[in-house]
Amino acid sequence: MSLEKFLNTAVSSWMSQEGPDSDIVLSSRIRLARNIVDYEFPTVFSNEEAQEIVERFEQAFAWQSHRSAGRFELLKMNELQPIEKRVLVEKHLISPHLAEDCPFGACLLSENEEISIMINEEDHVRIQCLFPGLQLTEALEMANELDDWIEMHVNYAFDEKRGYLTSCPTNVGTGLRASVMMHLPALILTQQMNRIIPAINQLGLVVRGTYGEGSEALGNIFQISNQITLGKSEEDIVEDLKSVVQQLIAQERMAREALVKTLNIQLEDRVFRSYGILANSRVIESKEAAQCLSDVRLGIDLGYIKNISRNILNELMILTQPGFLQQYAGGALRPNERDVRRATLIRERLKMEERKAMESDE
Amino acid sequence: MICQECKQRPATMHFTKIINGEKTEFHLCEHCAQERGEVFMFHENGGFSIHNLLAGLLNFDSPIKETKPSAFQGIELLQCERCNMTYHQFTKIGRFGCSNCYYAFVKQLQPILKRLHSGNTTHAGKIPRRIGGTIHIRKQIEHLKQKLQDFIVKEEFEKAAEVRDQIRFLESQLSAHGEGD
Repeated sequence: MSLEKFLNTAVSSWMSQEGPDSDIVLSSRIRLARNIVDYEFPTVFSNEEAQEIVERFEQAFAWQSHRSAGRFELLKMNELQPIEKRVLVEKHLISPHLAEDCPFGACLLSENEEISIMINEEDHVRIQCLFPGLQLTEALEMANELDDWIEMHVNYAFDEKRGYLTSCPTNVGTGLRASVMMHLPALILTQQMNRIIPAINQLGLVVRGTYGEGSEALGNIFQISNQITLGKSEEDIVEDLKSVVQQLIAQERMAREALVKTLNIQLEDRVFRSYGILANSRVIESKEAAQCLSDVRLGIDLGYIKNISRNILNELMILTQPGFLQQYAGGALRPNERDVRRATLIRERLKMEERKAMESDE
Repeated sequence: MICQECKQRPATMHFTKIINGEKTEFHLCEHCAQERGEVFMFHENGGFSIHNLLAGLLNFDSPIKETKPSAFQGIELLQCERCNMTYHQFTKIGRFGCSNCYYAFVKQLQPILKRLHSGNTTHAGKIPRRIGGTIHIRKQIEHLKQKLQDFIVKEEFEKAAEVRDQIRFLESQLSAHGEGD
C-alpha cells in the first residue's frame, strides 16, 4: 500500500483538520457514560445480557444516520484482528479496556471518526466526541444530541438525586469526562510544568500523558480533564476546564515568546536538528521520534520551518505507534523492526510534504 | 549504567534483593526486568488503575471500623438484592454490579461520594429527556409552590391564583404521565 493511500484511510478528521487555538490544543474530547436500566452493569452482567445489548444497538443504530453526525458503522470486538483493535486504540477511538478485556464489546463509529459510541465497556454506553482544536462546548452539544438520540431507544439508569448511574462511582452524576490534549513544549523547556501541574490538580482537574492513566507525556503532549462528575452541571464542568485551558494557552504563548527572545538561534538550531533526525534517521525509537516531532511542530508554530503542514505532529504521533506501523507493514513486527519502519514512515511522510511544497511553488 | 542482562539498553530499574541476610544488587532495563519477572507491580496496561486506587480508598475505612466489630461485620454482609454483589466485593473492585447497588449501599455511599466529588452528593446536571419527563415537571412544581408561598405572604392574591392554576395544570400533566407509564 502506498503511504498516501494508507494515510487517506488512517487519518481521522480530528488529526488532519484544524480547530480554534490548534497551535496549542490538538483536540477536545467529551465522554458521556450511560447505562441501560434493564441490565446489570458490565462488571457482572451475563454473556446473554451483553449480547442482547449489542443486538439492540445493532438493530437501532448500525448504518443509521444521525442528523449532524452522519452514518454509523458497528464494529464488534470479537470480529476484529488484534492489530485492527490496536489501531483504534491508538487513534483514541476506543479504550484499551474495550479492545482487550471486553469480548462482547462493540463500537459505533461515525464516518469521519469524530464520534465513537463504545458499547459494553465499563458502562453499557460511552458516547465519545473528539473534535480538533479547542471545541469543548461544540463537542458537548454534539454528545448531548447523540445522548437524546440513544435515549429514544433505551431507558437509562437514572436517579433524581445521584444522576446517571455508572458502574464506577467516580463517574456518577453527569457521567461526563471532558478532556483536551495540549502541546506544551515551551512550558516544559522553561521548566514551568512541574509547578503548574499541582496547581491544576488543586482545581479538581487531572493532568496526564497522552495515552491515559499513568502514561508519560510523550512529545510534550498533555491531557487535562475534569475529575468531579457529581454536583456540577455539564456546562459548568466544561466552562471550568475551558478557563484553565485558556490560561495554559496564554502561559504557553508567553513562554514561547520568551524563548524566542532569549535563545532565538539555539531554539532554531534545536528545531532544525530535530528535523534533520526525522528526515534522515534509519532507526528511531518512539520516544525520540515524539521529542523530535514536538520540536518540529514548535518550529512550524514559530515560523522557523515553512512549507510543512502543522498537523504533522498529531498525525505522526499516532501513525508511528506500534499498531499503526504493523498495519502499514501488513503484519506483526518485532520492536527493532518497528524502529526501522517508524524511521522509514517519517522520512517518506516528510518527503511528501517537500513534494507538496515544490508543487505549490511552481 | 547499562542493563546487566542485555548489555544494550540503559538500566532504569535498580533492585536490591535480600535473601537469608545476603544482599545482592542488580540493574536492569525495563524490558529485561519484565522478562525476568522481577517487576511484579507493573503489568501490560500500566498496572495501577483508578480502580486499584479507589479500592484502596474504600478499604481505608476498615481499620477504623474494626474497633466496632459488630458494625463492621454488618457492612461486610451487606448485599445488593438485584445483582448479589456484596459491599465487601464492591470495596475490592471499586465498581458496582447494577444500578440497584446505589440504593442497597446508600448509607456507605454518601461519604464515598463526598470524598470523590469534593463534597458533592447530589446531581446538578442533565435530566434524561424521555424517562426524566416527570422529574422536570416535579422540579417545576416545587419551584412554583415556593413562588405561591411568596405571593401569599406578600398578599398578592391575583398573582398567587395564576401560579396556583399553573401548578394545577402541571399536576394534571403529571398524573397523565403516571397513567401513561
